[in-house]
Amino acid sequence: MNVIEITDIVKSYRRGSQRIRVLEHISLTIANGEFLSLMGPSGSGKSTLLNLIAGLDQADSGSIRIGGTEISTLSETGLAAWRAGRVGFIFQFYNLIPVLTAYENIELPLMLTSLSKKARHAHVITALSLVSLQDRMDHYPRQLSGGQQQRVAIARAVVTDPTILVADEPTGDLDRQSAEDVLELMDQLCTQLGKTSVMVTHDPRAASRAHTLKYLEKGVLSDAPQAAVSECLQT
Amino acid sequence: MRLKLLFRNVFRHKLRAFLTIVGICVAILAFGMLRTVISAWYAGVNASSSSRLITRNATSLIFPLPISYLEKIRGVNGVREVSYSNWFGGIYIDAKNFFVNFAVEPRSYFDLYPEFVLPEAQATAFFRDRKACVAGQKLAKRFGWSVGDTITLKGTIYPGNWDFVLQGIYHGKNAATDENQFFFHWSYLNESLKKNDPRRADQVGVYIIDLKHPDMAANVSEAVDALFRNSYAETLTETEKAFQMSFVSMTEAILTVIQIVSCVIIAIIMAVVANTMAMSVRERMGEFAVFKTLGFGGGYLSMLILGESMALSGIGGILGIALTFPAARAFAEAVGQFFPIFHVSLDTIFMDIGAAMAVGAVAAMIPMWRVIHIRIADGLGRTG
Ligand SMILES: Nc1ncnc2c1ncn2[C@@H]1O[C@H](COP(=O)(O)OP(=O)(O)O)[C@@H](O)[C@H]1O
Ligand SMILES: [Mg+2]
Repeated sequence: MNVIEITDIVKSYRRGSQRIRVLEHISLTIANGEFLSLMGPSGSGKSTLLNLIAGLDQADSGSIRIGGTEISTLSETGLAAWRAGRVGFIFQFYNLIPVLTAYENIELPLMLTSLSKKARHAHVITALSLVSLQDRMDHYPRQLSGGQQQRVAIARAVVTDPTILVADEPTGDLDRQSAEDVLELMDQLCTQLGKTSVMVTHDPRAASRAHTLKYLEKGVLSDAPQAAVSECLQT
Repeated sequence: MRLKLLFRNVFRHKLRAFLTIVGICVAILAFGMLRTVISAWYAGVNASSSSRLITRNATSLIFPLPISYLEKIRGVNGVREVSYSNWFGGIYIDAKNFFVNFAVEPRSYFDLYPEFVLPEAQATAFFRDRKACVAGQKLAKRFGWSVGDTITLKGTIYPGNWDFVLQGIYHGKNAATDENQFFFHWSYLNESLKKNDPRRADQVGVYIIDLKHPDMAANVSEAVDALFRNSYAETLTETEKAFQMSFVSMTEAILTVIQIVSCVIIAIIMAVVANTMAMSVRERMGEFAVFKTLGFGGGYLSMLILGESMALSGIGGILGIALTFPAARAFAEAVGQFFPIFHVSLDTIFMDIGAAMAVGAVAAMIPMWRVIHIRIADGLGRTG
C-alpha cells in the first residue's frame, strides 16, 4: 500500500518578475514503511519537494495524497493541524528550542494534542528511551553534542507517532560516528516501527542506508544512477 | 509550559531584559512622579467641597470686604452658616519657612471645614483664648511645636511681631486634607488694627458660605452678589472649587507642559521596548518557523510575544510603581511647603498600570504581525 502518492506536481518560485520552475511534473509513490533517500546536486529542488510532501508549502499544480488525505487542497490552518498529527520533522541543524530542556523539546509537539500531562509524560519517556537519552532529559540543547541534539530532534519527530518522517540533510552537520547513530535510528524507525521516511541527503553513505534511492536533477526525478552512488561510496 | 516558555524567553538575554526593565521602571517612576506633581497642584481644587461658596471682592482678591456684610450674607435664603478669613502672610523666623496662615472666626470656620479635625478639649481651649492658634500636624512636626508653645509670626501685610499660643494641633480627615496650615483669631488681629491702624480694621479677606444644599450654589451666589451690587465693594461669589481653580489656572501652562512631558516619557519608553521586542523576535524567526512547522499557529506565537512584552513592562511597571512611594515621600519632605498635599493617589497608580500595559501592548504589535506572516520556508532558512 502506498502512503505517499505524488502525481504530476509542478512548483515554481517567483524571483522578481521571473518565475523559476523548480519541479517539473514530478510523480512519485512511496510505500508504507519505506525509507526513501532523495539525492541530487545543490539547488536541484530536493528541499522544495520535501517541503511539499511535508505540507510546508503548496505546489502550483498536481496532487499530493498522504495516508489518503489530499493535502494540496488544505488551507493553511488545515495544513498546520495535519502536520502536527501526521508529520515528524528532522532538520540539518536540529532546530531545538534553546530555552527548553531535551524533555520539554520532545514534549512540545504534544502541547497541540489533548493528551493529559501524565499521558504526555509517558510518550516523552518512550521517545527518550528510543533515542537512549533518558539520562540527558534535563539538559538544555547547548549542553548536548550535535549528535545528541539530533537524537533529541528525532525523539521530538516521533513522539506524536506520525505517519511520515521527513529529514532534510539530517547528518549534514554531524561527525561520522554521530551520523551513523542517527542513520541507524532512522533505519530502526522504518523497519521496527513501520514509519515511512523521506530523507534528503548529499551524503552517499547516508543514502546507502535507505531502501530506495531517487535522484533529482534540474527538476526531474529519476531512479538513482547506480554508478554515481557506488562511485561515491568507494571514496 | 506556555508560561515557562514565556518567562525563559523574557530572560534569555539577561542583560537586555535587565536594562529594558530598568528603563520601564524609571519611565513609570518619572511618569508617576509627574502625575503626582500635577495632582498636588490640583490638591486644593480636589479637596474643595461642593457645598461651600467663597465670596470675595469683585475687583480683586487683594481688596478686602467689610465685616458688615456678614449678617446680610447670613440672611440669604439657602445659607446655613457663614465664616470669614484674612490671609495674614506671617513669617515664622525666616521667609523660607513658608506656610499658609489665616486669621479666621474660629467657631464658624471649624464648623465649615469638618475636614480639619481638632480634639474636643483643644477646640474648646482654642475658641476661648483670644491669642490662641492651631496648626496642622505636619506643620507642627516640621517645626517641633507642641501644645502650649508660644509662636511668634512676623507680619508682612500687618507689621509687627505677633505672639500666639498653640492651643491645638489638627489632623486631616483624609489624605487630601492639607495639614500644613495655621489659624488664629480674626478678632485678635482686628483689635490690634483698631488700635494701631484703624483704617484697616473691620475688614475680611473672603467670606466662606456653607450651603444648606449644594444644588443651591447658583442661586445663592447670584443672591449674594445682587445684595452688594452698586455698593463700593462689589462681591464675586463662586464655588470653592472655582475659587481654587483660579489659583491653578495661573500656572496652567506649566501644568500642560508637565502633562506633555509625562506622555512623551511613555512614548519614548514605548519605542525603546518596541525596539527590544523587535530585536528579540527577529533573532528568533528560525525558532518561530520551527514552531509553525510543528503545527503551532500564528495566533499562539503572537500571544507568546504579547505575553513576553507584557511581562517585561509588567515587571518594570510594578517596580516603578513600588519606587514611586518612597520617591514621593522624599520629594514631599524636600519641598513640602510648596506642595502641602503630595501623595501618590490611586488615580496615579491606575494611570501607571495603564501606561505600562500600553507600553507592553504597543511594543508587541509589529513583532506579532511579523510572526503571524512569516513563511516557514523563509524562517527556516534554506540549507543547500
Ligand atoms: N522560497 C524560495 N524562493 C525563491 N526561490 C527558492 C525558494 N526556495 C528555493 N528556491 C530556489 O529553488 C531551487 C531549489 O531549491 P531547493 O529545493 O532548496 O534545492 P536543494 O534542496 O536541492 O538544494 C533553488 O534554485 C533555490 O534557489
Ligand atoms: Mg536543500
